[in-house]
Order: sequence, then C-alpha cells, then structure tokens
Amino acid sequence: MKNIHKSPWLLHYDGSSCNGCDIEVLACATPVYDVERFGVVNTGNPMHADIFLVTGGINSQNEEVVRQIYEQMPNPKVVVAVGTCACTGGIFKECYNIKGGVDTVIPVDIYVPGCAARPESIIDGVVKAVALFQKKHEQKLLEENGKESK
Amino acid sequence: MPKRSVVPFGPQHPVLPEPIHLDLVLEDEHVVEAIPSIGYVHRGLESLVQKKDFNEMVYVTERICGICSFMHGMGYCNAVEQIMNVEVPRRAEYLRTIWAEMSRIHSHLLWLGLLADAFGFESLFMQSWRMREKILDMFEISTGGRVIFSVNKIGGVLKDMPKEMLNQFVSILDGMEKELRETTQIFMDDYTVKSRLVGVGILTEEDAIRRGAVGPMMRASGLAIDMRKTGYAAYDDLDFEIITSKDCDSYARCKVRIEEIFQSIALIRQAVAKIPDTEIAAAVKGFPNGEAFVRFEQPRGEAYYYVRANGTKFLDRMRVRTPTFANLPALTQILQGCQFADVPLLILTIDPCISCTER
Amino acid sequence: MVELQKDIYKIEQVELFPIIMEKKNDMWRLVQICCAFVDGSYEVTYSFGHDYDIANYRLIVGKDEPVPSISRVYKSAIFYENEMRELFGLNVEHMKVDMNNTLYRIDEETPFLKKEDK
Repeated sequence: MKNIHKSPWLLHYDGSSCNGCDIEVLACATPVYDVERFGVVNTGNPMHADIFLVTGGINSQNEEVVRQIYEQMPNPKVVVAVGTCACTGGIFKECYNIKGGVDTVIPVDIYVPGCAARPESIIDGVVKAVALFQKKHEQKLLEENGKESK
Repeated sequence: MPKRSVVPFGPQHPVLPEPIHLDLVLEDEHVVEAIPSIGYVHRGLESLVQKKDFNEMVYVTERICGICSFMHGMGYCNAVEQIMNVEVPRRAEYLRTIWAEMSRIHSHLLWLGLLADAFGFESLFMQSWRMREKILDMFEISTGGRVIFSVNKIGGVLKDMPKEMLNQFVSILDGMEKELRETTQIFMDDYTVKSRLVGVGILTEEDAIRRGAVGPMMRASGLAIDMRKTGYAAYDDLDFEIITSKDCDSYARCKVRIEEIFQSIALIRQAVAKIPDTEIAAAVKGFPNGEAFVRFEQPRGEAYYYVRANGTKFLDRMRVRTPTFANLPALTQILQGCQFADVPLLILTIDPCISCTER
Repeated sequence: MVELQKDIYKIEQVELFPIIMEKKNDMWRLVQICCAFVDGSYEVTYSFGHDYDIANYRLIVGKDEPVPSISRVYKSAIFYENEMRELFGLNVEHMKVDMNNTLYRIDEETPFLKKEDK
C-alpha cells in the first residue's frame, strides 16, 4: 500500500462555526465543485477518516469532542482548519465562550482562511492535505521498515 | 414488557451537519421522550455589544448563521433604523426583499438536499445542491460573497443591482423554475419518499400553538401566519398568498417549503418589475437611543430581534430569538412515539439551524 | 399595567400570572422571553403572539429578587428561562425542568453581567 493518496477519506466536524463554512464544505462535495474527483470520500465515522476538516472556533464544550474525534482517527492523519474562525477564532475571538482556533486543542497541519472560506480554497486545502497525507504515510512506512531491519 | 433504554444521539453524527445532542429514552424501538441538550456551538455573540459599536454589530449579526445571514443583518438593521427613525429609501427596501427571497430559495433547496440525504436519496441531494449553486452564483455576481454578503448597513444597503443584472436574474430564475418543478415533483410523488414522510411526525394545530412553533412548521399544521404579511421591507407592495397545509406531518412540511420556493421566485419577479429608482442608503447621524422589537420571517420561521440602545455607540442589549430555538419544544413533541430510525429524519424536518439557536 | 411604547407594557409581579393565564386561554403563543440587565436591575420581557398581534410584558426585577417560572403554563418557556438563569444569573423559581446552569455549559458564570455588577 504505497500510494495511499489516491483515496483518503474525509471527516467534517462543525466546531462553533456560523454554518457558512459548513455549507461550503458540503458544497465542495456536490456536483459543481466535486472534491470526490480527487478520490476523496466524505465519511461520518472518525475511524474511517484520514483527513479531518474542522470549521469554527473551539469552545469549552466542543473541545473534548474535537480531541476525541482526533484521537479516534487512525494514523497518519491530517488536520485542516477551514475558515477564519477555525484558524484564529475570527470575529468571535472576543466572545466569552470562544477559546480560539482549532490549534488550541489539536495540532493543525493546514490553515484555510476566508469568511466564509470559498469552495476553491477549501479544495486547495484538501489537495494540499492529500499530498501531506501521502508524505506522512511514506514516513510511517519508512519508520516501520527501519524498525524491522534492526 | 418493553425494554427501556437511553440512547445518546450526536453531537457528531453522519446525518447531522451540525452538532446537537439528544438523549433518547426508548421503549424497544419507540422513542418515549427526547431531551435535547445544546451548547456545542454557543459562542455568546450577543455579549459582543460591549466590545463592538452598533455599526460593527451588523457584521456580527450576519455571522449568527451562514444560511440566513442576510436576513439576520437585515433584521438587526431594521431594529436600529426603527430606534433612530431612519427612513430607508424604497429602492433599498426592494433590494433587501430580493436578496431575502433569494436567501429563502437557497435555504429551502439546501434543506431539500439534506432531507434527501437523510432518507438516502443521494441523487436528489446532489440535484438540489446543484440548483442551489445557481442562486449562490447570483449572490456572488450581485454582492461578491457566496454565503456571507455584508451588503446591509444601517440606513440602507451598500450595493446596488443595475437593471440589466436584475433582468438577467429573472431569466435565470425562469430557467430554474422548470428544472425545479421536475425535481420537486419527485419529492412529492415518489413512493419511496412518501413512505418516509407521510404520517410521520405529527404536530397538531393546537400543539403548534402550545409549543410555540414558527414558520413552515406552524404553517404545515394549518396556521396561516407569515410575518411577511406584516409588511416590512417591500412586502407591503407585493402580492402573495400564505402557503399552508392541514396534514400536520413531515410530508406537509416538505410541501410547504417546496411551494415557498416557487412563491419566492414569483415575489422576486414582482419586485423586479416594481423596483423604484431612488437612492440606496439614507444618511445616518448620531447614536441610537431607545428600544425596538422587530419580527421577520426567515426561511425557518419567525425571528425576533430586540435592540436596546442608550445613546452611546455601544448598545445595552441585542437579542435574537431565532426560529430553531422556538421550534425545539415542537421537535421534542414530534419525536415522542416515533421510531428510533426516524429520529434523524424528524430532526431534519424542523430545518434545524443550530448555530442560530445557540448564537 | 403601564404602556411604555406601542405593544410594550410594564407590569408588576402580581399581574404576571393573571396575564399569562389569560393569554393561554385565548390561545396566544409564547414568542419569546428576553432578559436584559440595565442600571442595576433585570428587565424580563415576555412576548406573546396571536395571528399578527404581539404583546410584550415587562417585569422589572431587582438584582437578587426571584422570578416565578411560567414553564408550568407554557412548557416552551423552559429553554428561555434556563437561558436567562445561566447567562444572567436571574433567579427563576420553580422551573418545570431545571437544568442547573447546564443549558450551554459555559465556563464563565453569568457572562452577561459586567464585572462590577456581579
């Protein structure tokens, strides 16, 4: 299984976004933008997923949920923060219930800016995530093989 | 003796685009009670009035929800305009009406898609969302944004739509209408769709009032109440009938929303034919002082805005009672006695918008 | 009952239950309950709607004064009352479903009161 980049699966979780980025993420999966042409499938099960798309900032209640989903995903995994709120907290940064961007809870690999993030930039982020995913996978293979040879 | 169990549902669930959590008390396969718990999307944006001035709050209110963002901005602006006694130019009122009706079409199409997805009709989901993209393209041409436009300001709107653009929109809508008839006919006639919707999730007229349901939920239970009839923006100049159904079930709610799409297209046509040629924004001076309640009809139902100002640039209080918040008690009602497998579908029939609800 | 503005009436606490019972019997629906903290006291506004009519009744409540819950008359008031209690610290008594400040489950207590008011 060398070329894993051909079919990474995608999981979307709505942090505390305003829905704007969510519907754009969903719009990516529908005919006009169609992210599935890159072999990406949208799944609802964290255990099936390789790429984690998070929209919206982190608050005290979804913090645990995001961390839990992240931990349930198999290695290697790539996290994409979609939208300004997911990157930094955005317009809601000063709200009492917002802790900040997704990187306050889990490590984020790719940041997609925009309020709301446009489908083109989301796709761009996903394509970058696919490349990174392949790289992480190869690294993992290398490490495992390295161990065996010892 | 049926077996009682409590099943947690959500927040992360394949059919839920947004996080909501329900504790379902089951007797075998039947739901006895549903207890919603919210708070996953709570940001507390109403408290931003202490940090952002009343002009900046327009942009915050638009981000209450990305689906009905235009109408949230419009509702807030309207409340402040009422406090400040600003007369909004008629053209701005018409432009707001056109954008609001376009939002309604896009929101209902989005909902139809999600509904189709919930009962596993993938191609209908894709079709609905494909048609919705045409509306989003129209938004992009006229405002520059796809989901969040920021064209509202206190006293009017920031962008105008020239005549050619409006005519072009009408001809796009004419073309869409045919396609829409075909697709929505499937929702109405297909027996697989009917088998999931007819007779499921009954909300009687009395329950609708007692539980304070709003919007299509209420109209599908036979109550003819549509806030657009109160004549805000340009609706007092436009002709339309309130769409209701007496069936009270999920099918009725689907039917009401589908009819409303065509109604919105008709309203846009009327508005384009009647739009006057005036300024698009009135000059606003000073700070607001006073309070106002404003009611608007959003795609999901009646929204209630409250603004209280104290004569400085920061408001005392801004509150939005969003339609889904009002529909939550009705949701717990329709979930009682339903099959466990119908729960995702029934949650969708209230057209939930969780980020609206929790703000 | 004093009319403050069109459709906004100021009421006393003794008038609250007669009014909501009357509204319930006339099949008015509860549109919303809104809380605001202005000048050291709470303003609780109950809004009822019937067709296109709307009526807002405002109760002025002191900082630590209790407010009776109307959730036994209007079931849908549960969410509004729990919200007021959690965000404003308003003391709502005898709620039908008391969520004990866990509607939104926020970390900060009563975020809508300014620090000096707490």
